[in-house]
Amino acid sequence: MSAETILEVRDLHVRIASRRGIVRAVDGVSFDVPRGGALGLVGESGSGKSMTLRAILGVLPAEARVTSGQVLLDGVDLVQLRGSDVNRLRGPKMAMIFQEPMSALNPVMRVGQQIAEGPQVHLGLSRARAAERALDLMRRVGIPDPERRFRAYPHEFSGGMRQRVMIAIALSCDPEIILCDEPTTALDVTIQDQILRLLTRLCHESGVSLVFVTHDLPVVAQVCRDIAVMYGGQLVETGEVREVLLDPRHPYTLGLVRSAPDFEYVRESLVPIPGSPPSLVSPPSGCRFHPRCAFVEDDCRTSETPLRPLPGGSGGRSTACLHYERTLEAVEADRARP
Amino acid sequence: MTAAANDTTAVVPAEPLLSARDVSVSFPVGSRVAARFRGEERLLRAVDGVDLQMRRGEALALVGESGSGKSTLALALAGLLRTDGGEIRFDGRVLPASRSRADRRRIQMVFQDPYSSLNPRMTVGGMLRELLRVHHVVPANRVAEFSAELLALVGLGEADLSAYPRQFSGGQRQRVAIARALALRPDVLVADEPVSALDVSVQATILNLLSNLRNDLGLTLLLISHNLAVVRHLCDRVAVMYLGRIVEVAPTEEIFSTPRHPYTRGLLAAIPRMTEGAVDGSAPAIAGDPPSPLRIPAGCRFRTRCPIAQPRCEQEDPVLAAPGLHGSADSPGSSGSSGFLSSPGSVGSFGSFGSPDGAEHLAACHFAFSVVGDGAGPGRSEKRSENEHNA
Repeated sequence: MSAETILEVRDLHVRIASRRGIVRAVDGVSFDVPRGGALGLVGESGSGKSMTLRAILGVLPAEARVTSGQVLLDGVDLVQLRGSDVNRLRGPKMAMIFQEPMSALNPVMRVGQQIAEGPQVHLGLSRARAAERALDLMRRVGIPDPERRFRAYPHEFSGGMRQRVMIAIALSCDPEIILCDEPTTALDVTIQDQILRLLTRLCHESGVSLVFVTHDLPVVAQVCRDIAVMYGGQLVETGEVREVLLDPRHPYTLGLVRSAPDFEYVRESLVPIPGSPPSLVSPPSGCRFHPRCAFVEDDCRTSETPLRPLPGGSGGRSTACLHYERTLEAVEADRARP
Repeated sequence: MTAAANDTTAVVPAEPLLSARDVSVSFPVGSRVAARFRGEERLLRAVDGVDLQMRRGEALALVGESGSGKSTLALALAGLLRTDGGEIRFDGRVLPASRSRADRRRIQMVFQDPYSSLNPRMTVGGMLRELLRVHHVVPANRVAEFSAELLALVGLGEADLSAYPRQFSGGQRQRVAIARALALRPDVLVADEPVSALDVSVQATILNLLSNLRNDLGLTLLLISHNLAVVRHLCDRVAVMYLGRIVEVAPTEEIFSTPRHPYTRGLLAAIPRMTEGAVDGSAPAIAGDPPSPLRIPAGCRFRTRCPIAQPRCEQEDPVLAAPGLHGSADSPGSSGSSGFLSSPGSVGSFGSFGSPDGAEHLAACHFAFSVVGDGAGPGRSEKRSENEHNA
């Protein structure tokens, strides 16, 4: 573990007990987040991205548990810690921002108090000092008229303002890393733009690292330096955001990029990914993407496909594809087209 | 708005298939008793004087933030909501407030959430059978055959007739919803955020389906979306709504290349792009929240968030007009703020008098004439050259 890495996830496995059997929601996921870095974790619904995030936070649903692997936050393995010890880290070490601020905020508690609560409990600030800090935070996240808004309840805020409150709460104990689960999915595009800019600015200012879970590729490109693409509970491709999105080396990433209507470039027609995501109760053998893959070969059906560094790739680019040259060829063919 | 409507009907060449003139929809809010004491009802004006024309066979997009009234307008056009003012014409005829069954058939809707818009207790075949019988679309002995044809049209099989909605994935349910809308052989299909509830890889299949159906059946399509990328892909024209009004309408490529309303510019600049690096924490494209439709600002309703607002905007409500053609747009003068207006070389190339497509491009802004530039919006333009690098 280097001093440059704040969060290290090693071979994480999460299993969920369901009526249909054991769901292998997260199946051997490993990644690092550098101090001050921003990692985007992307995938479709059911890919395991939110479960990974919840496992890091230690807020998995009752039926789910981490069966093996490590989550090292600043060198401490969170998986081994007892609940109360993890609690002590949430706030001063790591904080979270969820998709739906209305259900994440306490509806019967004044907004200012919700922001001040963390500093009081975790940093031992007096009531008055904590309130002062809350007001300062409200100002920093751009809530107009903070003195009056301090005493308001969440329902009196708009969606964008509530998400600003969530950001203020996340920042209230000076965490080292903020974990975000689709923080702007419920917002309008203009408000999303405001929140993304705010979040990026605040993280830069205070050197906070970011893990950003979303299904929206352009949003990741705007916020993160690195990206990890998840499919069927596993990582299939990692690397620097723009390299991965513009020059993918995994057929699933290529499929995601091709099927997303891109604002800048209008194609003749969008290319959907055929088929549907795999069942995680009995996932396909070999590469989990092989039943939907256009470039499938015999070994894809049988061989394990762990994430491997790309030969000659820069900045930690890895792919799980055995035949990533085929994706490269397709990307080049796409580019050659007028 | 009425004056503008007369002008615009004059310049649309062919008779529109569906048109709205000064259409308003409002909802009473708050307690009825309190309203009686006050002697007046509090009204939320969701749609506030909208003029819109749709030509036969075209695909028109309606975009805007939530609360802009785009879904309300769609419901009103489809006859599912009563309007409190204005008229809706279809095929040259004014549609009455309560429409006949035959009129309702002509305009059909597909809703956002395929999980709640299908009856969970009915098989797909059952839903289609009921519709076809009630509306006498085909003779009774052809119902089964026609239902199967409908499903084939949307890429489902005959076997799916006996399935319930819960047995389908989200994308398949949206196909069922589209088949149901097409069962009545409508002229106009109104799709309200048809892919927002679906996963990225499934969205593409539904968008391609809509595009193919439009070509094959000659449908007129009204697509409501907050996603401008989807719109750019599918539609010929775009109408931008803000607080119950249409603030700009133009052919798709024009609205992206030369948006004239400052709101449209901001909306375009707010879209995250795959081809760009991290946002730098600079000023957002549009600051603030949209005002409540219960308290619509006087004058131009966008002025509270507008980067180029002038005193005049507070006093005069701008009409939807072609900049330069109706004298509604002029220069904000030397007091114009920021670099927002300084797009060199672009003023004059559009909005010139008598330009063939000038009348196609309407904007409701006093200073629309000056708000001409590249569609990338402030701070974005320099990076656009990277877009040939796409996968």
